[in-house]
Amino acid sequence: MAPAFPFSAIAGQDEMKLAMTIAAVDSSIGGVLVFGDRGTGKSTVVRALAGLLPTIRATDCPYQCNPDKEDALCGHCQERLATGKSLKVRRINVPVIDLPLGVTEDRVVGALDLERALSSGEKAFEPGLLARANRGFLYIDEVNLLEDHIVDLLLDVAASGENVVEREGLSVRHPAKFVLIGSGNPEEGELRPQLLDRFGLSVEVSTPNDLHVRMQVVRRRDEYEANPQAFVEKWKRKDGQVRRTIERARDQLPEVEVTDEVLERTSQLCMALGTDGLRGELTLMRAARAAAALELADRVEVKHLRQVASVALRHRLRRNPLDESGSTTRVQRAVEEHLPA
Amino acid sequence: MSAVLDYDTAAAAWQDAVTAAALLAVDPPGVGGVCLRALPGPVRDRWMQIAYELQPPGTPWRRIPINVSDSRLLGGLDLTATLRAGRPVLERGVLAEADGGLVVLAMAERIALATAGKLGAVIDNSEVAVERDGLAERLPTRFGVIALDEGANDDERPVGPLRDRIGCHLELNGIPVNVAGGSEYTPEQIVAARGLLPQVECSDYLAEALCAGGLALGIGSLRAPLQALRAARAAAALDGRCEVDEDDVRLATRLILVPRATQVPPAPPPDEAEEQPEEQPQEQPPEEPEEPPPEEPEPPDSEQEEEQQLPDEIPAELVLEAARAVLPDNLFERLKIRELAQRSQSAPGQAGALQQGGARGRPAGVRRGSPRSGVRLNVVETLRAAAPWQTLRRAQQEQKGEGAGGRRVLVQPDDFRVTRYKQRTQTTTIFIVDASGSSAMHRLAEAKGAIELLLAECYVRRDEVALIAFRGTGADELLPPTRSLTRAKRSLAGLPGGGGTPIAAGLDAARDLIEEVQRKGNTPVLIVLTDGRANVTRAGTGGREKAQQEANEAAQVIRLSGVRALLVDTSPRPRPLGRELAEAMGGEYLPLPRADAASISEAVQAVTGAKS
Repeated sequence: MAPAFPFSAIAGQDEMKLAMTIAAVDSSIGGVLVFGDRGTGKSTVVRALAGLLPTIRATDCPYQCNPDKEDALCGHCQERLATGKSLKVRRINVPVIDLPLGVTEDRVVGALDLERALSSGEKAFEPGLLARANRGFLYIDEVNLLEDHIVDLLLDVAASGENVVEREGLSVRHPAKFVLIGSGNPEEGELRPQLLDRFGLSVEVSTPNDLHVRMQVVRRRDEYEANPQAFVEKWKRKDGQVRRTIERARDQLPEVEVTDEVLERTSQLCMALGTDGLRGELTLMRAARAAAALELADRVEVKHLRQVASVALRHRLRRNPLDESGSTTRVQRAVEEHLPA
Repeated sequence: MSAVLDYDTAAAAWQDAVTAAALLAVDPPGVGGVCLRALPGPVRDRWMQIAYELQPPGTPWRRIPINVSDSRLLGGLDLTATLRAGRPVLERGVLAEADGGLVVLAMAERIALATAGKLGAVIDNSEVAVERDGLAERLPTRFGVIALDEGANDDERPVGPLRDRIGCHLELNGIPVNVAGGSEYTPEQIVAARGLLPQVECSDYLAEALCAGGLALGIGSLRAPLQALRAARAAAALDGRCEVDEDDVRLATRLILVPRATQVPPAPPPDEAEEQPEEQPQEQPPEEPEEPPPEEPEPPDSEQEEEQQLPDEIPAELVLEAARAVLPDNLFERLKIRELAQRSQSAPGQAGALQQGGARGRPAGVRRGSPRSGVRLNVVETLRAAAPWQTLRRAQQEQKGEGAGGRRVLVQPDDFRVTRYKQRTQTTTIFIVDASGSSAMHRLAEAKGAIELLLAECYVRRDEVALIAFRGTGADELLPPTRSLTRAKRSLAGLPGGGGTPIAAGLDAARDLIEEVQRKGNTPVLIVLTDGRANVTRAGTGGREKAQQEANEAAQVIRLSGVRALLVDTSPRPRPLGRELAEAMGGEYLPLPRADAASISEAVQAVTGAKS
């Protein structure tokens, strides 16, 4: 398969790129939903992200556990430790796993290993996509077209960070912490509210109306399709810069200070918008912190809040009868009022 | 449906159609495909034959029926081969088999959104991601699509994800049989063009013309200008050239950009108009002075070193001129109609129906699950699921010393497969009944009668009914969503009347219930029975004006939830208040001064029944 389109070669779509970078910096933000017009490069951005994530240290078990976090190890690794063996550690790319639309349940959660059952009559667990996505990203294109029974499986695991399999006489539980990335077109149906809730950030993409940007998109895409390898090579340096920015931001993240004043502003904004629960505030604060870390700043400033307010809050608004404007406009208005530049 | 075209127009349209077939043969994935809007008949058959014969020998050509299953489309476990070989064997799906060739979608206008989504993902990624039946494989495939669209009117079209990925959109209806001749292209020409294709260059000027033209025609998707660019290249290669010329761009405009236009392009600047041939005036859509010219934004400062200087003049005119020559005269009207059709599709109350992809009650594959009440075991699929495990299970049983017990097939609960049906979205009819003193007592009796009648009806349709009554100072949910006839009757019997009219409180309660119903995945339908004269505020105090204002606000909230609503005005002399309230909630208004149970029930079914 051809290499993915380089992240830095994506023209325009700044908000989508920012949200993805933030999710890469702080995975606790809880996923990104990208909703918008067709042919705007939604899935291109996600696949491009895979190409520039920093590598991580992982054990060689099927769940790529973090060897530095003993309490989050899977059964395999714990057993190794218990029997006095050391863990085998390797460096891997952060997994970005595709959940295709036609997926069957057994491949999502994992099931009995068919090959071994047939060839050697052995009963073994074959991990599914949730296992492979552990510590990485799980990407669902056209997320609003996903079958309901698959969505139900995801909801449970996304909330608990653990996949529990009880089937075919197997009883397995394993860590499955992943950042959920979904994309889709709202014309094809709304997202179930429960699933919408699982996404930390939400991006609205629209087709660029700037002729210059459009020509850039077409020209680069055309060049990429003519010779993917050469094109990726050409953009390697720029992608490397983005990767280093993410790496540095990850290191910077614990150093970023969130002052009480900023927290207060966050609450004010959320209250003014009437977002449900504390999730909105928490996500807004974390996203602003990641945005600050990306700039290598020491503390979160109002400008960072302004930068991420829309992506963090727009899918959490209750509809207001006297205000027919879209949620983005409403967030923007509240930002202007409560967080003047 | 278009009328029969005059000879010259028809001949030109056919010529373009044949060229489209040739372009598709030269670069199937680049052009994306051809959406062929035509009724079955000799003209379509002729085109299909030409398209088929232009393919170099051995090119895959796969037909996909409308009800294709996921395992055939994407691939899955080949059971026979698996059992024979004693190891999992993958059966390649149609899309993987079509690598390097074409897939033909029958009845593309009715293809399910979910199928189109899967197809779209395969096209975008150039590979089939098989994650099915315990198999995980990536099968690279690149193909073109021929979508046979037999839709009769504008809103009967292939779904968005499919339309967007197909480049050429042809309409063959209206081309008479005697015009539809043979093809001047030969398979040898196609092979030669394929060889030439990688060397074909397109100048920045012409590439920009396609981009700018697409924007001026109101085409949002960026796939369109890309496909147009690829088609122009294929056209140059077909002609044996290594450089795209203006004719190629005009052709790509006609085949790819014009059919997707969503706005009429602005008239050309007057100075250029003089240089143009005389036939130009009649094609100018004169009704378009209000359309702004395409934005020509200042190129933003870009730090990208690969950026070239943009030419001063944006070359959209080349494309627009070509577009104007073929844009149908009535494009403006057709766009309006399409807009209307789209609006009615997203009209209140259909949100739930849309989610279900509109394929109600049809079997939609199988899933693992145990047969409970209302779910039927699919025996064949269950046996298929059990088959691969037989050796393992037999061995295990023998280990335990049980033997197979003479059973030929060892089936375990995990093998159970049930057929999944695309459910008709369940409707929950929510009645909001005004039980105040102003709604005379006998109206309440009629409302009760109507609900009972509807319940009987709903029982047949497996739908639910809920009841909220408001009177005095507040609202009560007397009947949570239910299908039970006796329960409903009991709570109806206990419904008292009298007191003030707190409409806002009633509608607020309704909104909460609407959200609850929507969360469960059902489609709520709201029926309000009232005279529309609010006189109690949310706070429970009197005051006609404030109460009325609050009622209207509450009604607007309901409109936002997008449910289908009906307001039955029960006052003996209906006044505008009721209509205003109905409009505020975006619902139908029905004055029934002498409403009886039967006519209310009939009206409700007219609102809900249209989709059942």
